[in-house]
Amino acid sequence: MNSFFKAVLLIGVMGLAACTNPDRYGAGGPGGAGGIDSSGLGANDPDSPAYFQQTIGDKVHFAVDQHTLTAEAQATLARQAEWLIGHPSYSALIEGHADEQGTRIYNINLGERRANAVREFLISRGVAGNRITTISYGKERPLALCSQESCYAQNRRAVTVITAGAGV
Amino acid sequence: MTLTRVPFVRAAAVALALLAPAVAAEAQNGPLRIEITEGVIEPLPIAIPDFVAETPAAAEMAQQIARLVAADLVGTGLFREVPKDAYISRITSFDSPVQYADWKAINATGLITGAVGLGTDGRLVVKFRLHDVFSDTQLGEGLQFAGTTSSWRRMAHKVADAVYSRITGEGGYFDSRVVFVAETGPKGNRKKRLAIMDYDGANVQYLTDSSAIVLAPRFSPTGDRVLYTSYESGSPQIMMIDVASVGRRTLLPAGEGMSVAPSFSPDGNRVVFSIARGGNSDLYILDINSGVQTRLTDAPSIETAPSFSPDGRFVVFESDRSGSQQLYIMPASGGEARRISNGAGRYGTPVWSPRGDLIAFTKQNKGRFHIGVMRTDGSEERLLTASFLDEGPSWAPNGRVIMFSRESQGENGAPALYSVDISGRNTKRVPTETFASDPAWSPLLP
Repeated sequence: MNSFFKAVLLIGVMGLAACTNPDRYGAGGPGGAGGIDSSGLGANDPDSPAYFQQTIGDKVHFAVDQHTLTAEAQATLARQAEWLIGHPSYSALIEGHADEQGTRIYNINLGERRANAVREFLISRGVAGNRITTISYGKERPLALCSQESCYAQNRRAVTVITAGAGV
Repeated sequence: MTLTRVPFVRAAAVALALLAPAVAAEAQNGPLRIEITEGVIEPLPIAIPDFVAETPAAAEMAQQIARLVAADLVGTGLFREVPKDAYISRITSFDSPVQYADWKAINATGLITGAVGLGTDGRLVVKFRLHDVFSDTQLGEGLQFAGTTSSWRRMAHKVADAVYSRITGEGGYFDSRVVFVAETGPKGNRKKRLAIMDYDGANVQYLTDSSAIVLAPRFSPTGDRVLYTSYESGSPQIMMIDVASVGRRTLLPAGEGMSVAPSFSPDGNRVVFSIARGGNSDLYILDINSGVQTRLTDAPSIETAPSFSPDGRFVVFESDRSGSQQLYIMPASGGEARRISNGAGRYGTPVWSPRGDLIAFTKQNKGRFHIGVMRTDGSEERLLTASFLDEGPSWAPNGRVIMFSRESQGENGAPALYSVDISGRNTKRVPTETFASDPAWSPLLP
């Protein structure tokens, strides 16, 4: 029993420590600008991550259970690739997401497929592979919360998060 | 905590007493016996008077233990409790002869008598007997459990397990725990923690903090460790946590890709899971002690959510190699996979029953989610539930009950835990203080 109480105390301390950390997603939440301060010149500065996020477009969307890139997604990603090539001091983290209509583990795998489809496309447009990492959130981080297709369509997404650093 | 279990009475001719025809008795007054596989069951009336306090200090506990035994049994949907105000006899001494006529008169088919003693050293001793009222006899021997007062719930569960076992012929499941994901916060940014509780929601302990997303925990065969998927390192990785010390570790070297959905082999030495790299997910088996990894599948599709057969020879998993999620079984040593799901819709999260006879799964069809079971050859598919979103079945230790997550819809939608019999009866919410998902049942505790 003693070890259990120690464990509870330990978890309590860990919880407190976690609370003092800044939001791990940065101000923009899971789809945001990777914690980079985008308050300065903001979206009007074509060299800023905020410009990438808002003007170029950091999100592409997918059909139900699909990871193929639509023509619209390819157009967005072509612009993303161009920006990344012109801004070699930044890297990209591709987040893959799914809507809630699927089992948790399958959706994690589906999100990984989506993130990877985006990564491959960016590489095919000339972005160095070592500048692009992927992560899947499956259905864990929905952007739109209703349980209707209007929300599901927004959640079936891959988000390109710009981070400082030239790659791994 | 130690629990000792000793028979203290030799009962005579138990099996004979069971089988002896209760001559011309009405159905309700038949033998103290439930066949769980029957289609519709009239709950068996059973009397559970407060246990006798053998020391004054044990009075409150004697009452609480009897109430918990009753809650366990009534909670199965197989029993109903005869109301106390109908009692004719009172049980004031554990060893006095039972006046069976008094219990027959109120149609109690079964009667549980018990006694609780509390030693000056804080040691709790619980004794009970199960009576087959219409046969004027005891069913099985009396049993005695001893432990610390803090383990009183476990002792009550053990009494209920013994009663359930004797009447149904099945193993019990009340003295067991459930590991699950406790969830708090808004739908768009849920905080998740691994937690463990008794099967009935009591005694919750948190194993991790909420700084990283955690998913899909699974108990080891002895209940001492839990495998799960965590975002602690940034991306999803399989981890193992020791329940007693809450010490945790990753199981794979960094840079292996995204690993998810780990599950123990029946001997507790191996883990089956999936790794995804470059948009493709395949199954692997890891030997925990040597660290050696064996690749099980090599297909361009998503192979994931694996579960061992109880003999360790096979693995059931889901794959979308046919174009949609379906269930497959393959040898754990590698080889060809055989598709077992054949109905309309998509099938995922297969889990092999501890009895070996059935596979539980999540089915998605026409916008609804179901928990279902099928035989290991895919035949006799039965859907047990239907809702906006049911998923992630886990078997009770006796293979008769399934616990799963049910999520409500909309902006305030949230998950909760439910259980259902494999007959499809008795769907009910398992109480938790937070939202909860991904339950996994432990084996029966020793």
